Amino acid sequence: MPDVLLDVQDLVVHFQVYGGYLKVLDGVTLQVRHQERVGLVGETGCGKTTTMKTIMGILPKPPGVVRGGRILFKGRDVLSMRPQELEHLRRSGISMIFQDPTAALNPVFTVGEQLEDAIRYALGKRDHASVREVALSALQNVALPDPPRILESYPVQLSGGMRQRVCIALALACPKELLIADEPGTSLDVTIQDQILRLIHRLAEERKMAVILISHSLGVIREWTERVYVMYAGTIVEEARTGELFARPLHPYTEALMRCVPKLTGTGIAEGIPGRIPDYFDPPSGCRFHPRCPHRMDICRQRKPQLFPVDRGHRVACFLFGRDSHG
Amino acid sequence: MDELLVVEGLRKFFATSRGIVRAVQDVSFAIHPGETFGLVGESGSGKSTVAYMVMGMYRPTGGRILFKGQDITMPHARRPLVLKKELQIVFQDPGSSLNPRRSVREILELPLRVHHLVDGRKLRERVEELLNIVELPHDYAEKYPRALGGGEKQMVAIARALATEPSLLVLDEPTSALDVSIQAKIINTLVRIQKERRLGYLFITHDLSLMRNIAHRVAIMYLGRIMELAPAQVFFERPLHPYTQMLLSSIPVISEEEERLKPAKIVSTGEIPSPVNLPPGCVFHPRCREAREVCRREEPGMREVEVGHLVRCHLYGA
Amino acid sequence: MRRTRIGRWWYKFSRNPLSVVGLIIVVGVVFCAVFAPWVAPYPEHAGPYVNYREANQPPSLAHPFGTDIFGRDVLSRVFFAFRSSLLMGIVVLSIVVPVGVTLGLLAGYFKESWIDILIMRITDIFLSVPPLILALAITSVLKPNLTNAMIAVSVMWWPWYTRLVYGMATSLRNEYFVQSAELIGASKFHILFREILPNCVSTILTKMTLDMGWVILIGAALSFVGLGEQPPKPALGTMVADGAKYLPEYWWISVFPGLAIMLIVLGFNLLGDGIGDLFSLEEA
Repeated sequence: MPDVLLDVQDLVVHFQVYGGYLKVLDGVTLQVRHQERVGLVGETGCGKTTTMKTIMGILPKPPGVVRGGRILFKGRDVLSMRPQELEHLRRSGISMIFQDPTAALNPVFTVGEQLEDAIRYALGKRDHASVREVALSALQNVALPDPPRILESYPVQLSGGMRQRVCIALALACPKELLIADEPGTSLDVTIQDQILRLIHRLAEERKMAVILISHSLGVIREWTERVYVMYAGTIVEEARTGELFARPLHPYTEALMRCVPKLTGTGIAEGIPGRIPDYFDPPSGCRFHPRCPHRMDICRQRKPQLFPVDRGHRVACFLFGRDSHG
Repeated sequence: MDELLVVEGLRKFFATSRGIVRAVQDVSFAIHPGETFGLVGESGSGKSTVAYMVMGMYRPTGGRILFKGQDITMPHARRPLVLKKELQIVFQDPGSSLNPRRSVREILELPLRVHHLVDGRKLRERVEELLNIVELPHDYAEKYPRALGGGEKQMVAIARALATEPSLLVLDEPTSALDVSIQAKIINTLVRIQKERRLGYLFITHDLSLMRNIAHRVAIMYLGRIMELAPAQVFFERPLHPYTQMLLSSIPVISEEEERLKPAKIVSTGEIPSPVNLPPGCVFHPRCREAREVCRREEPGMREVEVGHLVRCHLYGA
Repeated sequence: MRRTRIGRWWYKFSRNPLSVVGLIIVVGVVFCAVFAPWVAPYPEHAGPYVNYREANQPPSLAHPFGTDIFGRDVLSRVFFAFRSSLLMGIVVLSIVVPVGVTLGLLAGYFKESWIDILIMRITDIFLSVPPLILALAITSVLKPNLTNAMIAVSVMWWPWYTRLVYGMATSLRNEYFVQSAELIGASKFHILFREILPNCVSTILTKMTLDMGWVILIGAALSFVGLGEQPPKPALGTMVADGAKYLPEYWWISVFPGLAIMLIVLGFNLLGDGIGDLFSLEEA
């Protein structure tokens, strides 16, 4: 595909611990095209953040170790990049904003100091005047009122929503082709989160930027993405265009998840999914979801399903929807 | 009426270096046995402060709290031991409500020991019973909190709260930090327990969709005041207060059906004001698209618009 | 590979190889101290022994650390001197830790009450006196011997634990699990010692390990000026002092005991890091 910006192929990442390894990522495959808004939905511990950190080249290793796969950004494999190339990648290629804006900002420096630092690093500019100009316009772009005052402020003096906007300004100090937003606004009120997501959407359009939106909230994914990947225990279990996923969730996990979401119609909440997320030290054989799956078959225990195509762009990693060359 | 908890004109002011924070003002409601009363609102609304006052963790600046007819408007330390059994709380963050250096058994035994509810041998049995109620296996008793997932920790917190057989449980955002599938399990467990024991719940959350499915009656708070209070169905299907409508319009939902239930999208602009500098008149007027002259001058009172449905808004002649 | 509890502890501890080095040093020192009569080549030199023909011999195969002015084997005396050093550390900490920790817990939990003010102001007073001066003052009033040196060091040492625990107790008392215990109606004793204290233990133990080295060092300083263990019982500080007059010709008489002091402090410092790692709450 000529317009694929990011192509993660079969990524396998383990973490070294006492007595062995936590086999966290078990072959993650996903793509992001230019200017596309892709969602990644999954619950705590499914490996979303590990995947993103590996893409950005900031996975701590040790204890992390990449055991397989490729991460192609504009055709070049991130995993085999040298430090300078990785720096270049982060400077003008990919940027990330994190869930907790308070933790992402250094409390002992003003917003101005941190932002100007990022700008100098990203753009290589030196002179104070032009750096300050860029900083002011960066703050304006994220709809922060009174940018000069914000530059002088310390993070603790700003509200959660404002801090998140500052983080976005920091991430986009220099034009980027891909923004990874890890649970943006999750720790904030729903009206403020709405504003933040709206902002990200607008910036993506204006700057022709692709976005990976990570969230455990299905509602957020539905409203703000074009295509979705559903992740469970270190693998992608379903992939579809957003509308299609919510109209026809196919994977038993996706289905179960949707039933668990409280509905505004007041029709009650499903019982939850039996079992717990797997122990990565000794994960289930075959399909990692099989111990909790109401439809499990023998083959699910024996082999790991690949993503079978079901419809245009809709793929499911489940033996209910296909067999591989052995099946 | 057999009200379990009655809160009348509750007020809480904090004196800080930046001025007086009017965290809670003129809050009144009642909870009956077997009923879940929901308190919803954004940050700064004062909902947690109300909960903490009910528990006695904060001393109210004004107003009264009655439990089973008895006045309990006093700090926790002064409450009789018998009362401490009756009201229990489950906090939001399961990670910090369980002592990481104590095993699940020790955590569950504490309330049993303090109130001398069972003696030596029966202690073990009772702990197992408690684990049964929250559907955790018996061998979890020997584990430490760090070996448990977030949902499991919260289950232990719930089991601990139930150990003294309380009549009222205060739940302060009990599932906000948890994934949706785990939340589902916990909510279903809470509903089941409530039915079995006719417990009253004071349930606090910012998640309106969740509230729709668990509360019998809902009150929405903004900057310390209750803006609207109604039975759940009425609250969600015929919201009257502009703030309620605004919040309902921005909830992310996952189906077309639900979209149709939402009021038309009202985009909120600006930040939530801080409780230190309260706007004059109706505290919501700066963000209200229906704001009129009177709203800037005068604070509206609570008015019962229909049976059980109260609104604090000049639009309804208050 | 089976994952055992002990194995997990060792894994956490040994992630930093220096911690293992510290452990080896400390175990070695303790071993030499405990088994000195059998491990030292000339155990009788630790007592009233004099042999002027063997005096001032430089290090050799027979005397790896040389001999001192009385002809006593320095190596053997160092092993025996470990005993009084370690004893000082153990006794001082046994007194100081329970007292200091309890005061810190009380002051921290009852912050801003008269208990807090009383305890912390007394602590401040003790902390404001230069430590060595205080120790010297006390030992010079009392008779100079090991016991009084231990008393002196204890008196000056306890405030550090109070301070340490005060800070931790002050923040821990706001944790939800402490508030939960209060809301359940638990007694103050339970809250202080069963809820708050267990969360301080790892920091306290780390400090105790490091302190073993520092208390020993202070003890050596006291015996250097003659206020600790009295001759002919060997003490590291005294040995350094005795040999000081003969530097630089008979350098070994001072240098080896001095190196021994350094080694002990180093060993406990490195071990202390490992203890901290061991108790950290992260899962291996």
